[in-house]
Amino acid sequence: MAHNRNGRCASLGLMLMLGAALMFGANAALAGAPKRGGILTYMIPADGGPSLDGHRETTFAVLHATAPFYSVLIRVNPDNPSSTTDFQCDLCTEMPQPTDNGLTYRFKIRKGVKFHDGSPLTAQDVAASWNKIVHPQPGVASARESNFVMVDSITAPDDETVVFKLKFATLTFVPALADPYAYIYSKKKLDQDMHWYEKNIMGSGPFKLTEYQVGQSIKGERNPDYYHPGQPYLDGFVAIFAPKQSVRTDAIRADRAALEFRSLPPSARDQLVKELHDKITVQESDWNCGNVVTPNHQKKPFDDVRVRQALFLAIDQWKGAQALSKIAIIKTVGGIVFPGSPLAATKEELQKLIGYGPDIEAARAEARRLLREAGQEHLEFELLNRNVDQPYKIVGTWLVDEWSKVGLKVSQKVVPTGPWLDAMRSGDFTVALEANCQNVVNPIADVGRWLPHDVQRENYGFFSDPEMVEIHDRMLRETDVDKARILMRKFETRINQQAHQLMVTYWYRIVPMRSYVKGWKISPSHYLNQDLANIWLDK
Amino acid sequence: MVSTTAHTIVAEELAPLPRSRLRRWLAFLIHEPLGALGIVLVLAMATTGTFAELIAPYSPTANDFGAMMEAPSWSHLLGTDQFGRDLLSRIVYGARTAMIVGLSSALVGGTCGLVLGVGSAYFGGRTDLVMQRIFDILMAFPLIIMALAVVAIFGTGVHNVIVAITIPLVPRCARVVRASALAIREIPYVDAARALGFGHLRIILFHMVPNVMAPFLIMVTAFVGQAILAEASLSYLGLGVQEPVPAWGLMLQGGAEEFATSAPWIAIFPGVAIVLSVLGINLFGDALRDTLDPKLRKR
Amino acid sequence: MYRYIIKRVLLVIPTLIGAAALVFVLMRLIPGDVCVVRLGSSGGTFDPKAIALCHAELGMDRPLVVQFIDFVWGIMRFDFGTSMWSGNPVTTEIWARLPISLEIAILATVIAIAIAIPLGAVSAVKQNTWIDLVVRLFAVGGTATPSFWLGLVSLLIVLNVTSAVFGTPWMPPIEYVPIWQDPIHNLSMALLPAVTVGYRYAAVSMRMTRSAMLEVMQEDYIRTARAKGLINKLIINRHALKNALLPVVTLIGIEFAFLIGGLVVTEQVFNLNGVGRLFVQAVQNQDYTLTQALVMLTVIIFVISNLLVDLLYAWLDPRIRYA
Repeated sequence: MAHNRNGRCASLGLMLMLGAALMFGANAALAGAPKRGGILTYMIPADGGPSLDGHRETTFAVLHATAPFYSVLIRVNPDNPSSTTDFQCDLCTEMPQPTDNGLTYRFKIRKGVKFHDGSPLTAQDVAASWNKIVHPQPGVASARESNFVMVDSITAPDDETVVFKLKFATLTFVPALADPYAYIYSKKKLDQDMHWYEKNIMGSGPFKLTEYQVGQSIKGERNPDYYHPGQPYLDGFVAIFAPKQSVRTDAIRADRAALEFRSLPPSARDQLVKELHDKITVQESDWNCGNVVTPNHQKKPFDDVRVRQALFLAIDQWKGAQALSKIAIIKTVGGIVFPGSPLAATKEELQKLIGYGPDIEAARAEARRLLREAGQEHLEFELLNRNVDQPYKIVGTWLVDEWSKVGLKVSQKVVPTGPWLDAMRSGDFTVALEANCQNVVNPIADVGRWLPHDVQRENYGFFSDPEMVEIHDRMLRETDVDKARILMRKFETRINQQAHQLMVTYWYRIVPMRSYVKGWKISPSHYLNQDLANIWLDK
Repeated sequence: MVSTTAHTIVAEELAPLPRSRLRRWLAFLIHEPLGALGIVLVLAMATTGTFAELIAPYSPTANDFGAMMEAPSWSHLLGTDQFGRDLLSRIVYGARTAMIVGLSSALVGGTCGLVLGVGSAYFGGRTDLVMQRIFDILMAFPLIIMALAVVAIFGTGVHNVIVAITIPLVPRCARVVRASALAIREIPYVDAARALGFGHLRIILFHMVPNVMAPFLIMVTAFVGQAILAEASLSYLGLGVQEPVPAWGLMLQGGAEEFATSAPWIAIFPGVAIVLSVLGINLFGDALRDTLDPKLRKR
Repeated sequence: MYRYIIKRVLLVIPTLIGAAALVFVLMRLIPGDVCVVRLGSSGGTFDPKAIALCHAELGMDRPLVVQFIDFVWGIMRFDFGTSMWSGNPVTTEIWARLPISLEIAILATVIAIAIAIPLGAVSAVKQNTWIDLVVRLFAVGGTATPSFWLGLVSLLIVLNVTSAVFGTPWMPPIEYVPIWQDPIHNLSMALLPAVTVGYRYAAVSMRMTRSAMLEVMQEDYIRTARAKGLINKLIINRHALKNALLPVVTLIGIEFAFLIGGLVVTEQVFNLNGVGRLFVQAVQNQDYTLTQALVMLTVIIFVISNLLVDLLYAWLDPRIRYA
């Protein structure tokens, strides 16, 4: 059920939720009743993450490996995961209406839920887990702590109620609460050892852990006490860590595994479809991830706004996205807000911005003019990029080509993830190509990423811009969607005119899977809908 | 078969070593068909690399999004890769990168090894002992691991790759050279030279080095091949030369594997180029060794 | 001889300590911070507080000399520390991945020896005939082919051939099952990688066998045996091959340690959860403890195998044995 205070959210949500996702192939709802049984073998396109604690980690590898074992409080509707506004209860009984002018949320927790070791799950466990996420003890890392600055306190007055008290009312709270990493842990285990979950798995989710082979695979079997009736349909699952893409494609081809849940590039999809015809189903969706061009404002001449603007004007995103979509996981051109969200800019609004203009020749002429004015006609610099093909290196190579069309000589410096992050953190780069990936679509919180370095440490543009901070602050406290949208446009225009950073094309998720896999629906984020409870095998 | 062997035996027993250069080369070609093949391949690679601009039909870095992943055709003899870049041109320019990396690493590594090896043998005593231990330590690291460590420290890119590959080659060369040099150290004319008061450097450079040239040259030729393979492995792991520099190892990484089943030419041709080059170099090195090492000359 | 053995064994110690020092220094020179990689792996927000905590947890804030002594002392007790990335003991991480790597290494060795020795011997005996040429070309090809490319191409071939012949493509399994649980599944996973790695190994051994045989066959005692009228086959098997095997065994012993280099790339190609892949991950994650432990292990294996080979040589070579 959509979260709604005055009905407008719901209708907006209903209208727009299907806009962003493209679905190919059989729809689970039409395929018939779910069959019980079978083991799903899937691949995780990464090496294992450092620990098993969802609260602490940020890599999807941990999520894909552990989400089936846990429950969360609320989540994006697993039968409608492409919606950016359709949130549902997992452990709670119904989505609450906030009281106290939007400052208090009371959740009623289901009765009779058990952890895999048999102990009962109560509101105490929910509160303890959420406190670990929002107000972690010293020595405990919580990766998404900053998403919950609006939360004042979390308490469990009795075994069935959890109360969240906010410092200010905001549209960002409920989507943030639907964080797929927000596993509910056992308070007893947490009291024993706050770090217990880093090396252990024990939840209340649809599957119980049977085997974990470090670096190799993780296996689970059905939890007979699962509280959603009928689920899970699968007897169990096997997840294999497989960082090499060609191995994954071949594995699907040879039916060594049914699918991977992140994304494969267009060529893999085309090849699988060509060879396997109807044995393969493909689901596609816009992705809540995109690449960002970040000039280091502290390095000359990128402290000059004209140079930065020229940099962005040179790029033909519309044509580039179209061409690259054939070889890379890229498709949609968008602004700082995910294109499927009600708060996103329309195409007309986008085309007024730098780097999105419909007339590339005019834009490039303007770019050359700006460079001349700034005395930087023959500027040469290095683009820092991450050593991952899809789509970083491809986008990087394309950008180098685009910039050459306005006379800029750019070379790419491609480094592995560690040094890439390190160079950006320390400001040891001129222009960087980075990524902006969020999990649940939560636009106002998500665009916090664009805030200046003094507020958002993860922003490597190293600039300061109090006006931006002010607009964002107002947006954060705005509870009316229309007013929020106006502020968002102001925010976006500000970033764009100051040419702080540029979003270059959103990624595109392509998930080919063997046709016997049913029930799973794609969403804009590879972090969502991974507990496998609604998947069944038509075999 | 028997008659050829008999003929060879007779020819070698009865006739003195061919004196003229040309006869020597002809003899080489006849007796060493594989060596001849090696020379042909090496020359092909060298020519391609040197005259890349004249040979390559396209620029190796020009993207052509309209011609992505095209199969080999008349306009693109070896096909194109995922950016529409002509594979033949990239392979041709890649020969240059391979030559640069291979020759630089081999020559620098070999020369350092030569100096250290001969010096260690000449000075003997404690110097020798310490140098030996250092060589032992360095040689205990497999080449790829050493190279990986260097790249991890200094970063990627052509220059760092050359350094990364050169370092493990030095002790390997030094070891072999030292073994040969040890034999020479005791030869009377070296003693005589010392008695006459010639400086260390002069003795090393003019008396000892020339006599270890044979094993040195053999090692250096082997190194060129090893260096090319090492660069390929490093680039494959993503830690070698970077885009968009055309290098064979780099061409085998990422896109090649990704598109291996839909566009296999992207993965096959660069690999063939590597195999042929290293094959040529190794065959040439083998022939060289067979010629220079009297023990292995045919009966 | 005993003096030789003792001297030789003692030499191992400074080599190992020197190698440990080198490894230690190399790791510390690598720029970047494992804590940053660990906590910010997908560009998510991380906290300088958390990073400082991480540093303290991993002992990265202690003086370098202390860290080094800790490291060396640890090696001697077979305690290689804890992985900075996962927090698990290094021994656990390595132990979990050792079986598949060891299996491939052993299989590769078996394949290599099975091919190399007979072919090398034949090539030597039939020197300069077309058999010799073909074998030599085959051998040189092995030293010229990048193992990962061979792996790539062989996988491609297997997939396409099975697809054409049987309709559905077949590929080696990607899930590891120990050999005692399901030998066929296990072997089908290990065979292709073993052949890929083994080809180069076979090539090098083949060349060595050939040249060792050639040398031995020129020796006087072979000529004498021939003059005595012994059958050629007997000469080869009883005299030549046995004596030629000595340097070959040496080479096989030494090359075994170098298999690790081949494993590093091959395990990537075939997605095997082995020690080679662990090494690449450790370097990418900037996990010093794990990387230095792996490198030290390789070094130790290499030094020990060299030692064993030298001792074997000393035992077998009467000139040293009776010194």
